[in-house]
Amino acid sequence: MQTETKARVDQVKSPAGHPVTVLRFEGDIASTSKEAVLGTYQGLPKESTKLVLLDFTKVEYINSSGIALVIQMLIEAANSGQKVYAFGLSPHFTKVFTMVGITKYAGLFASEALAMAAL
Amino acid sequence: MSDTKPTSVEVRLPSRLGYEKVAMSTAAAVAKLMGFPGERVEDLKTAVAEACINAIEHGNLLNEGLSVGVVLSSVDDALEVRVIDDGKGLKTVPAKPDIDKKIHGEEDPRGMGMFLIQALVDEAEWVKGTNGKSSYVRLVIRLDREAE
Repeated sequence: MQTETKARVDQVKSPAGHPVTVLRFEGDIASTSKEAVLGTYQGLPKESTKLVLLDFTKVEYINSSGIALVIQMLIEAANSGQKVYAFGLSPHFTKVFTMVGITKYAGLFASEALAMAAL
Repeated sequence: MSDTKPTSVEVRLPSRLGYEKVAMSTAAAVAKLMGFPGERVEDLKTAVAEACINAIEHGNLLNEGLSVGVVLSSVDDALEVRVIDDGKGLKTVPAKPDIDKKIHGEEDPRGMGMFLIQALVDEAEWVKGTNGKSSYVRLVIRLDREAE
């Protein structure tokens, strides 16, 4: 019933020249998304990954279990000295992420271009 | 539905995660018929989904032999949603989640559902069923809520 979560990793450089790891998600982000969300993140090389950008453009449904996975990622990122940012959330999920406090630990941007310009 | 004639729609879901999306879509359809703006429909969808997830996971303990009832009733400018399970109901409503405690490992990363429900609708109450069964959460969302 839940749409499978797909995740893709892109390595790009910001206009300022910083390497950025973009995790592009597609589908639902729910309790069944652990491997796609956390597994993909945990597969990144810790030493060379300093900036992580989450792409939610193709995600339509995120529930509290999915939010918990994002928080677990933020915990691991904080412990690894990484900075996490995100873009592509709908206005509703931007509000939800703000309500639960995720914005305190992950900067949200309206688009990839705006995010990259800031990194 | 602009004549605001009282209307009731019922859905029964299997206690299987993912089926909350059926209730979510039904609630969205009813709210749109009542004239709720898109932003409030999105609020309702998340609140209904979270209520159903709680009912499936914590009320019916993922027992697929049990179903979750969802009753949507429109009266005047309000939509009431009851999500009914076979659990004993909540002992206490959990405290508001604290992102700092979560990030520092002092609080479970989960546990956002009830907070979201309360934050997104105009009224939310958890009612224990008699004889330890048929507990429900009652949500109310109103058309005339001022924009945040």
